[in-house]
Amino acid sequence: MTTVPVDRRAARELARRRKARRGTLIAVVSSVVVLGGLAAIVLTSSGWPAVKSTFFSWSAFKTSFPDILKAFWIDVKLFIAVEAVVLVLGLVIALVRTTRAPALFPLRLLSTLWVDILRGVPTILVVYLIGFGIPALQLSGLPTDPVVLGGIALAMSYSAYVAEVYRAGIHSVHPSQRAAALAVGLTQTQAMRRVVLPQAVRRVLAPLLNDFISLQKDVALVSVLGPLEAFRVAQINAAENFNYTPLIAAALLYLAVTVPLARMLDRMQARSRDVTSGTVPL
Amino acid sequence: MSDAVLEVRGVTKSYGDVQVLRGIDLAVREHEAIALIGASGSGKSTLLRCIDLLDDIDDGDVFLDGEVITDPACEPVQVRRRLGMVFQAFNLFPHMTILENVALAPERAHGVDRREARERGRELLARFGLAGREDEYPDRLSGGQQQRVALVRALATRPRALLLDEITSALDPELVGEVLSLVRDLKAEGMTMLIATHEMGFAREVANEVCFLHDGQIIEHGDPERMFTAPEREETQRFLRRLLDARRL
Repeated sequence: MTTVPVDRRAARELARRRKARRGTLIAVVSSVVVLGGLAAIVLTSSGWPAVKSTFFSWSAFKTSFPDILKAFWIDVKLFIAVEAVVLVLGLVIALVRTTRAPALFPLRLLSTLWVDILRGVPTILVVYLIGFGIPALQLSGLPTDPVVLGGIALAMSYSAYVAEVYRAGIHSVHPSQRAAALAVGLTQTQAMRRVVLPQAVRRVLAPLLNDFISLQKDVALVSVLGPLEAFRVAQINAAENFNYTPLIAAALLYLAVTVPLARMLDRMQARSRDVTSGTVPL
Repeated sequence: MSDAVLEVRGVTKSYGDVQVLRGIDLAVREHEAIALIGASGSGKSTLLRCIDLLDDIDDGDVFLDGEVITDPACEPVQVRRRLGMVFQAFNLFPHMTILENVALAPERAHGVDRREARERGRELLARFGLAGREDEYPDRLSGGQQQRVALVRALATRPRALLLDEITSALDPELVGEVLSLVRDLKAEGMTMLIATHEMGFAREVANEVCFLHDGQIIEHGDPERMFTAPEREETQRFLRRLLDARRL
């Protein structure tokens, strides 16, 4: 009687391995067919030789890349500075919007307007309005550097998005957590700071990073104000040589930052799934 | 003024059109345990939340050591620091370790030095059979252990009285015992407690007095033996019979 299950176990193991092997084979074949097909369509098209020389010219890439790389440094610095401001400003706006203190009513009204307006207006429009509007006021003490002005515009626009992400996180923490914090004798502020916020921020790390990635590439919008950042330099380079390869070079630089960030985001989301499946009691 | 630690006088409370409490009178004297029994929705949790000032009452008064705590001029934070509350669903802070859960309030609400708060938390956890779990997170513990931690967290601030809100209702049946035995120990040590519970055997054993809450009113109260063996009101009889039928008594 005992020999039958052993045989069956061996048969089952064999079937499982066969299925796995077949799965791999199908994946490989379908990838080759789809990707190969797409490549074939592009490479055999009548315009491909022209596209190849205007977009993928190695010599144009080599000559333009060092300048673009140098200019990209501005993007990186701007991105980091704006992100730091956005993380703080967004949190402040979210906190103002979630408190019910009557004294903060005007601030609450203001932050609601801020979020409504800045989320509703295209970012490029904010960049134009701030970048050209503020210097036009001709008030002393206001910044005139286009990079700074562009940074301010981006920080305004993104703080509105990030504030809503924080706010969603705060609302996702069950009210019983706040009740428990108050019950042990914490003040409202302590309950927010020690109990609600830490949980809220942990929950929204992934969407925050998503906005991070988005900001990283929107830094290029500052180019409309004239500073020589990567996209602008690539544009000038392309116009001078009637060759679009510099734009591809700039694209590769943006990708070099956004792709690692995206992978980090994937890993974080996988981790937060593990955490939430641990059935944290409310 | 009576010598009660906690006294509730004519408390009413509505949520919108629904009147949840319709004039509650109740007193808990020092070292006493009062059990609140009654069907779900009878107002037990609401009463406890109102006493801990987590909800505002509409009318009436609550006294803590003779002081009116439901006066609008009274600072709720100061009142809550003198009371301990334990919830049905534990409500431990999931982002903190067990020890951090326990040491948070002594440190932040009572200004105890951080090292001392942790030391005391450790001792308290050990006393209630939770030694060795200090650095784990709540989700690593069983429901019974989590609720014991919640009790320790409430005790860590040395409260004048404990409010227990159906603390075994969310537990698997085999875990109820370990939590109740802890409450039994507290009673033996003389802790003053107001206990909302569905565990009738436990209420009968531990409580000095049992109050039956029905439709927002305490319609019958008295000695546990009498309440369970010879209830006078028809509603009480019906409630106990239903529990008996469900084999919960």
